Amino acid sequence: MDRFDVIVIGAGPAGSSAAYSLAKEGFSVLLIERGKFPGSKNVFGGRIYTYPLKRLFPEDWREAPIERYVVQENISMLSGDTAVTVQYDSLRTGSSRVNSFTAIRLKFDKWLAKRAGEVGAMVITGTRVDDLLVSNGTVFGVRAGGDEVKANVIIAADGVASIFAQKAGIRPELIPKEISVGVKETIKLTKKRIEDRFNVGEKEGVANAYIGQVTNFLRGGGFLYTNKDSVSLGVVVQSEDLSSHRTEIQELMERFKLHPSIQKYIEGGKVVEYSAHMIPELGTRMIPRPYANGFLAVGDAAGFVLSHGYTYRGVDLAILSGMAAAETVKAARAVNDYSAGSLSRYLHDLRSHGVLSELEEFGRTPSFLGNPRIYSAYPQLLCGILNRMYTVDGGKKEKMFHIAKEEMKGKISLMQLMKDLLGGTRSM
Amino acid sequence: MPESSELRMVVCIKQVPKAEQLKIDPVKKTLVREGVESEINPSDLHALEMALQLKDKHGGSLLALSMGPPRFIQALETAIGMGADEGILLSDRALGGSDTLPTSHALSKAVEHLGDFDIIFCGEETTDSSTGHVGPGMAANLDLPQLTYVVEVEVRDGHVRAKRAVEDGFEVWETTLPLVITVNHGCNHPREPTLLGKIKARTIGIIDDVNADDVGLDKEKIGLSGSPTVVDKIETVELPDRSGRIYSGEAREAVTKLLDDLEAEGII
Repeated sequence: MDRFDVIVIGAGPAGSSAAYSLAKEGFSVLLIERGKFPGSKNVFGGRIYTYPLKRLFPEDWREAPIERYVVQENISMLSGDTAVTVQYDSLRTGSSRVNSFTAIRLKFDKWLAKRAGEVGAMVITGTRVDDLLVSNGTVFGVRAGGDEVKANVIIAADGVASIFAQKAGIRPELIPKEISVGVKETIKLTKKRIEDRFNVGEKEGVANAYIGQVTNFLRGGGFLYTNKDSVSLGVVVQSEDLSSHRTEIQELMERFKLHPSIQKYIEGGKVVEYSAHMIPELGTRMIPRPYANGFLAVGDAAGFVLSHGYTYRGVDLAILSGMAAAETVKAARAVNDYSAGSLSRYLHDLRSHGVLSELEEFGRTPSFLGNPRIYSAYPQLLCGILNRMYTVDGGKKEKMFHIAKEEMKGKISLMQLMKDLLGGTRSM
Repeated sequence: MPESSELRMVVCIKQVPKAEQLKIDPVKKTLVREGVESEINPSDLHALEMALQLKDKHGGSLLALSMGPPRFIQALETAIGMGADEGILLSDRALGGSDTLPTSHALSKAVEHLGDFDIIFCGEETTDSSTGHVGPGMAANLDLPQLTYVVEVEVRDGHVRAKRAVEDGFEVWETTLPLVITVNHGCNHPREPTLLGKIKARTIGIIDDVNADDVGLDKEKIGLSGSPTVVDKIETVELPDRSGRIYSGEAREAVTKLLDDLEAEGII
């Protein structure tokens, strides 16, 4: 059998969602994964938003390998040994409106690919696709080793550094400015310790974001998610900043782990997994035309990632784009036309699945988040002000405004502060 | 001897826990097989490769045969991915706990059930028990000649010429078809499964519904009751801690320092 309706390259959330949606509609689908099993190459990520999963599996989305439902969100600004934290308590686990959950990608991706297999997609693992088969500008298959397999449409779901989107000519090579680098450790604790230390119930968990000291005030941040009996802890930094400041991300990670705000959570834990990953930088880098003759790109491969600074989204947009691509292929089959012109309705399908509207709406966020002061001056300023407000040592207490003015000295001007505030509010 | 030069071959393969993940249940004194990664027994892969090379040269057919629980399907899919024509799994709860005697018996019966073969291949031994009994056991059961620890094989006019590894070198033997060959570990480079091979494995599927009755096994002769081996005691060797010192810097200096330390501590 060397011909399928559709070949999907990469069994991550985007690829498996596309394969599932198409196989369910009766398409013959070949889903090819390079790793030994789906998820083995996709160790990053930690929190997944619920809504796309509910759309893909309305009946039984809760069967996904969910670690804990996120019931509390914290943003901490770190400076020195101090931290200013904003805490938000969200819905409790019982609610059907629960917004997000934590997951171990290894298990989640495996589960999603299994679902695709159950409805008839052929999931092949441990095979690396070497090249696309292209003739007269039309993609018509893939080559792996000496083997060629053909299909009407090839869907590239090969992640952030997608070589197939490049080979199909719809995406230029990545430049360092466009990517962030992330490292993540899974630190094993016990179920009880997680519940005690984070003050959460059995299936409940937290999602924490950190900026400031964590990146040594470079652009980026840290995160902590609680799993069943472990935490996922990581640091993400703009790769350009890393190289211009000659900083090693591993070093930042080590120091982050020693910060008192983190130490209290992970003390006595054991690192059971370490991973590093590239992350496409910010929504606007999305490929303007994620399609070509006989070809579509989904998920990270198409740059569908959205970072607001306080939330980080990739998996949900990946799933939605996979579903959108399936719609597009379905419509193309109805008219038996897989040319770029026919597949251009992908943009429409992306919009109706909410992928594009989100990316367009938040298009301004990246430039605001590019502002280095968010990662340096502000965390220092806030921690400094609160530190002075709450330090009672018998000396003369100053008024709040005075403290603020003093702390701002040399860090930021009042004009800049006003401008940043305005810009930030507008872009979010 | 078949009419044409085409060979009818079967390779017996087993899925074993990955060597580096071997663990022993301290109470049951058996290998822990659940929750550890598994692989095709390495010398079985060499047997597969040897058979595939003969198939490439002479044509014919190659069956992959395994005995074990349903998860062994994975190993048979890999075998088809590499080029075997079919995969057959003999699976029956009654076979659980079999040692090498009932295993050789069951596999011999399965081979008889599947038809006539020119060559029956096995790996020299499995990494999970290292007995090397099963191949020779099958030869005895089937009353066939056997060549063990084979590193090279050649078939001509119904004759087989094989080079086998022995303690202090190699021996070259010749015999007639049909026969049993057990293949020496490390004698060739097993090929990777191909994409089309994997697709074929999925498309044709594994014949996994062959049970003890189908091949005519006597229930008394298989499983725990048919196994004379009794594991009396298992001892694991505790390795001493490594001192974990790293000598870095200029190679000459580092080596000199290492030698000095080894001498000072009376090791050399």
